[in-house]
Amino acid sequence: MAKIHIGNVSDIDRKGARTFLFEGTEIALFRLADGSVLAVENKCPHKGGKLSEGMVCGRAVHCPLHDWKIDLSSGRVCEPDTGSVATYAVEVDPISGAMYLCGRSGRGETAPPDQAAG
Amino acid sequence: MDRKKLVLVGNGMAGIRTIEHVLKLAPEAYEITIFGSEPHPNYNRIMLSSVLAGGSDMSEVILNDWSWYEEHRIRLHAGHTVTQIDPLARKVYSDKGAAADYDVLILATGSDPFMLPLPGADKEGVIGFRDIKDCETMLEASRKYKKAAVIGGGLLGLEAARGLLHLGMDVTVVHIHPYLMERQLDETASKMLQKELEAQGMKFLFRKHSEEIAGRKRARELVFSDRTRLEADLIVMAVGIKPNVKLARQAGIAVNRGIVVNDLMQTNIPGIYAVGECAEHRGITYGLVAPLYEQGAVLAKHLAGAETEGYAGSVTSTKLKVSGVDVFSAGHFAETEGARSLRYQDEVDQVYKKIVISGDRLIGAVLFGDTSDGSKLFSLMKKGESVKGREKELLLGFSAQGSGTETAEQRLAAMADDEIICGCNGVTKETIKDAVLTKNCTTVASVKACTKASGSCGGCKPLVQGLVQLYAGDAAGEPAKEGICGCTTLTRDEIVAEMSRMKLQSVQETMHVLGWNNPEGCSKCRPSLNYYLGMLFPESYADEKESRFTNERYHANIQKDGTYSVVPRIYGGVTSPSELKKIAEVAEKYDVPMVKITGGQRIDLLGVKKEDLPNMWAELDMPSGYAYGKALRTVKTCVGSTFCRFGTQDSIGMGVRLEKEFERLNTPAKVKLAVSGCPRNCAEATIKDFGVVAIDGGWELHVGGNGGVHVRATELLCVVKTEDEVVEWAGAFLQYYRENAQWNERTSVWIERVGLESVKKALENKEDRIALFARVKQALGRLNDPWKEIVADGALRKNFEPLPEAASARN
Repeated sequence: MAKIHIGNVSDIDRKGARTFLFEGTEIALFRLADGSVLAVENKCPHKGGKLSEGMVCGRAVHCPLHDWKIDLSSGRVCEPDTGSVATYAVEVDPISGAMYLCGRSGRGETAPPDQAAG
Repeated sequence: MDRKKLVLVGNGMAGIRTIEHVLKLAPEAYEITIFGSEPHPNYNRIMLSSVLAGGSDMSEVILNDWSWYEEHRIRLHAGHTVTQIDPLARKVYSDKGAAADYDVLILATGSDPFMLPLPGADKEGVIGFRDIKDCETMLEASRKYKKAAVIGGGLLGLEAARGLLHLGMDVTVVHIHPYLMERQLDETASKMLQKELEAQGMKFLFRKHSEEIAGRKRARELVFSDRTRLEADLIVMAVGIKPNVKLARQAGIAVNRGIVVNDLMQTNIPGIYAVGECAEHRGITYGLVAPLYEQGAVLAKHLAGAETEGYAGSVTSTKLKVSGVDVFSAGHFAETEGARSLRYQDEVDQVYKKIVISGDRLIGAVLFGDTSDGSKLFSLMKKGESVKGREKELLLGFSAQGSGTETAEQRLAAMADDEIICGCNGVTKETIKDAVLTKNCTTVASVKACTKASGSCGGCKPLVQGLVQLYAGDAAGEPAKEGICGCTTLTRDEIVAEMSRMKLQSVQETMHVLGWNNPEGCSKCRPSLNYYLGMLFPESYADEKESRFTNERYHANIQKDGTYSVVPRIYGGVTSPSELKKIAEVAEKYDVPMVKITGGQRIDLLGVKKEDLPNMWAELDMPSGYAYGKALRTVKTCVGSTFCRFGTQDSIGMGVRLEKEFERLNTPAKVKLAVSGCPRNCAEATIKDFGVVAIDGGWELHVGGNGGVHVRATELLCVVKTEDEVVEWAGAFLQYYRENAQWNERTSVWIERVGLESVKKALENKEDRIALFARVKQALGRLNDPWKEIVADGALRKNFEPLPEAASARN
């Protein structure tokens, strides 16, 4: 797919997140402490919590609802919980700081139905 | 406004630390320019060995990233080495042609690895171990080559060797002395360390003088004075560091081994200061981080015009942690004339301890294998108090674990009743025994609350634990030590003590300096560190919103569907028709799905979209009710003497006053207050954190109640006469709770842990209460209504909105 310009890296606070609507899916963009930007679908595989509202620690985010920890590079939920979220590739222009969304890079799996939101 | 010009030469830990302090104390005083030779922002040099050992990523060692310099409008010349100071013109020049005028110049040029001037030392593959570049060279070499030699068997050399070993290289440490780390260890401890390291695969050559490095373009062999040779493709020189004083010397600044400074870190030339490894204070240069931070704190105060007693030098200790080997060393551990030493050696468990005493004072210690007494011994050493009569106990007595539980228990049982267990607070074994047997103290925490034992440095905790075990038997609670979360083994008290001792300034710095396992912490420790720093340094600490939970970051309660709820402040539960109309209009305008009266006598607007929050706050124009925070929540009141026929006092007025007095206060956990107008207690004050019940002619003050998970009735703190006294006691109580409880610990749990008596004691003197009250006021003085702040600040407000979709369509 073509790259989509989605704003500037300065739009996101360090260790913070912003959201972006892409083809009907809400995507959470995180800016890590080292300045890099990672993107995942904004929906915790547990009960659909908005990951963009969580606390960023290293390369992971803690879901604000029940503290599930999700690795932002792989989209995988950290142990002891299971599941994964879809990840998206983001490019940042090192000079201008412009951010581009380059499509989905990994598929997500929701938690088994009995764990998912009712 | 003409700001003074401050120039810092050296972009490392000591210098930047000083600048951070100056910015906190006097943010507008200086226009700052920084020169740094390395092309990096300030990073944590201490962490480089863990980068090599595989624990951390290179990017994780950065302490201040580029944006920090921008934010503070600091001009940074990274990659510039200052080559000349002109003290008459007050100007510095860099090798790349940059120049800067100064009113104040700080030299923080650090030190260089001492490179042995051997023939062949200029070949490829010969490096020091100092900076990121050296680390990169080592990483790269480990991919292509197999054999490495480290010259120098000191702390730095062993860390480098450990890192290279981890990278898969065959490592030999070459040492000129007969044993390792001779500056920190005696021969016995050193031999034990060597054995451990050999078991991990490290090789050693002792009494070897390196004479030449052979090879063509790249190093191939190290040649010794006895003509033996060692094959090596990578040679790391770690024989020592030398303060970098070249620049200072050229400028005519007085230089010995380091740049000579006085207690205010001033050099002999007015306006020029030096801090860190390059500075020599009272004849000593330091290479460890704690003293450098202490120096930085003194200099910053001086530059900010604040009062300081000056720097008085540091007693340092060394802790080496190379994969499972625990070594501790402090002070003068060699037996010099007039000094006596005591030793304990256990070759079965590989434990060795030695303490050195001069006169009746402890002057040095070496510990191997079991370093749990390190901090305790170190604190005794720093205090310089007499240890007469306790020498053997210092050597043997602290650690209840020691060698096998049985012997430790026997040792404790056999100990004389009048022996001192807690040296800091002078608590004897008898006092502790008494607390366990007659006062029902079955945990270390309750013994501490009762006797103060282990309440200061905490070093005697294992011993107290042992005594609790001994006398309480099966009733003993609280097992082995656990840290505040999985990222550390340190407890709340230890962390807070280190924060105040080293004047730590940020969550990130705390985690770096105190050796967190996870460089960026987790959702448990980050908010707690943020709280402790704010509590300790209310004037200077900048709250980190990224270390707060969602609710406290967005100043609203997140709901299960990602919407939020809005609870405005309604003081004492008293509202008015016009306020109600306004709330109703806002609720209608924003289609709020549910409007509910809360248990705390306020109104909750539920199901609000995040994007709507700032606008709703603006239109409500009411203060935040903090219904989302670890903070003062509500002050519930009954009608009281204003209308009620039973009311004895104006409970509404009292409640409104308390809420206005303490609103916005950050606390370890949420705090709820209530005021009842008579003993019928309709405001349910006796299940609140601080409950006030009016009686005829006075007020009863109750504390430590809880109506939630763990229902607990309050305990009576005291009875006072006037409203002013109620406010004073409430403020003092809240501040004492803020300063002593663990983060996320409600008053009910805290009081159960420390005991009401200890709280009463802390508050019973008027002077203590006034001091506590002044501190709570100081904390409150910095806080503004968060809703108004967000409404007015675009940078904060943007976080409530998604990135615009429109940007995508066209670009």
